[in-house]
Amino acid sequence: MEQEFKALAKAIEAIHDQARKFGLDFFPMRFELCPADVIYAFSAYGMPTRFTHWTFGKHFYKMKLQYDFNLSRIYELVINSNPCYAFLLEGNDLIQNKLVIAHVFAHSDFFKNNVHFAPTSRQMVETMAVHAAKIREYEFKYGHREVEIFLDAALSIQEHIEPPAVFPVAEEEGEKEKGPSRPPETPYDDLWALDGKPKEQPRERIRKIPPRPTKDMLAFIMNNSPELEDWQRDILAIVREEMRYFWPQMETKIINEGWATYWHARIMRELDLTEEETIEFAHLHASVSQPGKMQINPYYVGSKIFEDIEKRWDNPSQEEREKYGRKGGEGRAKIFEVRTCENDISFLRNYLTRELVEELDLFLYQKVGSEWVVVEKDWEKVRDGLVGRLTNCGFPYIVVEDGDYQRRGELYLKHCYEGLELDVPYLEKTLPYVYLLWGRPVHLETVIDGKTAVFSYDGKKNSRR
Amino acid sequence: MDTQYSLSREDWSLHRKGYLDQQRHQEKVREAIKKNLPQIITEESIIMGKGKKVVRVPIRSLEEYHFRFNYNQGRNVGQGSGGTQKGTVIGREAPDGAGKGPGAGDQPGVDYYEAEVTLEEVQEMLFRDLELPNLQEKKKPILASPTYEFRDVRRKGLMGNLDKKRTLLENLKRNAMKGKLFIGGIIPEDLRFKTWEEKMRYETSAVVLAMMDTSGSMGTYEKYIARTFFFWMVRFLRSKYQQVEIVFIAHHTQAREVTEEEFFAKGESGGTRCSSAYQLALEIIDKRYPPADYNIYPFHFTDGDNLPSDNETCLEAVQLLLPKVNLLGYGEIVNPYYRTSTLMNVLKRIKDERLVTVAIKDKSEVYQALRQFFAGARGRESGGTRI
Repeated sequence: MEQEFKALAKAIEAIHDQARKFGLDFFPMRFELCPADVIYAFSAYGMPTRFTHWTFGKHFYKMKLQYDFNLSRIYELVINSNPCYAFLLEGNDLIQNKLVIAHVFAHSDFFKNNVHFAPTSRQMVETMAVHAAKIREYEFKYGHREVEIFLDAALSIQEHIEPPAVFPVAEEEGEKEKGPSRPPETPYDDLWALDGKPKEQPRERIRKIPPRPTKDMLAFIMNNSPELEDWQRDILAIVREEMRYFWPQMETKIINEGWATYWHARIMRELDLTEEETIEFAHLHASVSQPGKMQINPYYVGSKIFEDIEKRWDNPSQEEREKYGRKGGEGRAKIFEVRTCENDISFLRNYLTRELVEELDLFLYQKVGSEWVVVEKDWEKVRDGLVGRLTNCGFPYIVVEDGDYQRRGELYLKHCYEGLELDVPYLEKTLPYVYLLWGRPVHLETVIDGKTAVFSYDGKKNSRR
Repeated sequence: MDTQYSLSREDWSLHRKGYLDQQRHQEKVREAIKKNLPQIITEESIIMGKGKKVVRVPIRSLEEYHFRFNYNQGRNVGQGSGGTQKGTVIGREAPDGAGKGPGAGDQPGVDYYEAEVTLEEVQEMLFRDLELPNLQEKKKPILASPTYEFRDVRRKGLMGNLDKKRTLLENLKRNAMKGKLFIGGIIPEDLRFKTWEEKMRYETSAVVLAMMDTSGSMGTYEKYIARTFFFWMVRFLRSKYQQVEIVFIAHHTQAREVTEEEFFAKGESGGTRCSSAYQLALEIIDKRYPPADYNIYPFHFTDGDNLPSDNETCLEAVQLLLPKVNLLGYGEIVNPYYRTSTLMNVLKRIKDERLVTVAIKDKSEVYQALRQFFAGARGRESGGTRI
């Protein structure tokens, strides 16, 4: 045991040095060796210090069961924080942990340098501990059940936030008064207006809430719901802040895993491995980057794209040299630039080429009757299909249209329909949660069978028109 | 410069958060099961799953609802191993029709959360409020089986029943009295033997006379309801009596005793004469199950479509049956478009608390029916018949 620990410490040192040599730039690393159930708990909660709720228990149970039956295995867990915490599984053997450590260094580099992570808090471990303590206090004060029911509702709309902006735009202050927008260029500009009477624009008296549709449903309800107590608003703020922290991770799944896979392979190749270790590493690496049939494997697709970029910038074709002025030999520099700038959507849009789609044998499939059938092989459509699935992290894009619908204080939501319908039974079960948060009837407009449909819940029953 | 990396191992044994929330989740599962008992007890996986101990029941209230896409419609991206063509089938829906897509986990298509419960758990929740009405102490126990209990220790006995521990203790005691502290030198006086007593164990018994209309008008659905009812009834009686026998009586215009399999599977055609079943039940009771020795529970399921001329005969037969039984149940599986039948109206003329009549409109009412039959006086205050 003690020896194992020492060997691992030595491996970390070697991997660290190699990662630095490759130019990876990561946060200080804190590795922790944990038993399986602890890692699975962290994974179910998303963060070791997160608040408690039965849904996390449900996921934990499910994951733990799969581990116990040897169906799936989490090798590591890494947290976007500074210092960066990484949890290693106690039962892993040395070579498995070496691979995991190399992988984690690359993740840490990604967290630190990718622009989409720039707005995230790096002290979230502590912040979430504070959140958990607050929620515990509310449970104590207002009753466990009361808080649980409220959390059920808050979590049901947790994805409907405005993700943190990479380039923050100054918040526009309500509707700007409509006056002359250009500053006068000359002192005589007002002469132009002498011809006609200056138009008295009747200012709109009805103040709409929100002034324009907002995607941040959680924030809107938190600020405008007439029903909520302070502690309830606080819980909404907590759920929202945590979701905003997790959001960049959800929108960089492929590129982040691809980056880490690309690097763990390269770092491992530089290490002094024995023959058996090399074989086991190859075996492990192959199982991690195994293509998935029904869904793409982010480790595999992501690392393939990085390798392709490197190749194309190292040895550009004649056309690329002439057209884009690529000099060649810039592969490494290019992939570092990509890891800084892109998220999954831009990564795929910019670098998933026709050759790659064909080489990786990607396709679109659809349910036809009781079968899943391949329906599209055309590379652009496949790429766009993939990008479409990732838009808004795969969640429906829903905005708050009106917080005073029909002047009755009712909430009117609108799904921005883009060809994919909502799951109606789920939607009808979710509306009551929104009602609980808003305290008055709620409506959701969407499109079903090509026609606009509005689903409503008035506190007693669902209706549809 | 601070350390760029470190490795540590801590004691995580107090990290119980996952387990605590898991426990809360389990609690919610149980609550949900309790709330959904009417649906769950008619689940086919329970009724038809012969002797299976663990059943999976869908629990819809434990879904984490949110706004999501209809996954069965959209196009998804997959990956082949090269050369995949348009039109290739890459997966099929599981034949059990549970709506599961291939590639479990968070893949689209899993419609609801399924919890695993043991039959015992369901049973315990279901039976908690039920009691046996008119339970009578039967004077002559029909089955008295001898049992043996070792309760005594003697100095003489068979070597096979030697009580070694007591023997050693005696030996130690005797040596100690001589001032020597050791075990050894066992002599016949040290020996102790276990001895048994013969006891009679009295068993209570019950018999269920399951009667069902198998005329043409009883379809698979009606039979399934009856079957569900009998399934739980027998289980319930088994929890109260050591021995429960079931006699299956199928009838149309004539009644006969059949096997369980025939009872549920066989459909016959023709009219309906319910009195035939009651008469056969009377015969069977007189011949095989004297009321003095047995708790008798005849239950009759029909769609109530009886020959009008037979109704009065039924009334007589039922009045003959009632004094002999603990509870006589009459269940009518009604077609939603019907009102209760004439037979039900005739039976309602009888004022005897041992006769319980219910009308069942659909599967979920089996639970209500069970409660009405077995809720004792409490449950029936609100009136014996529901329409």
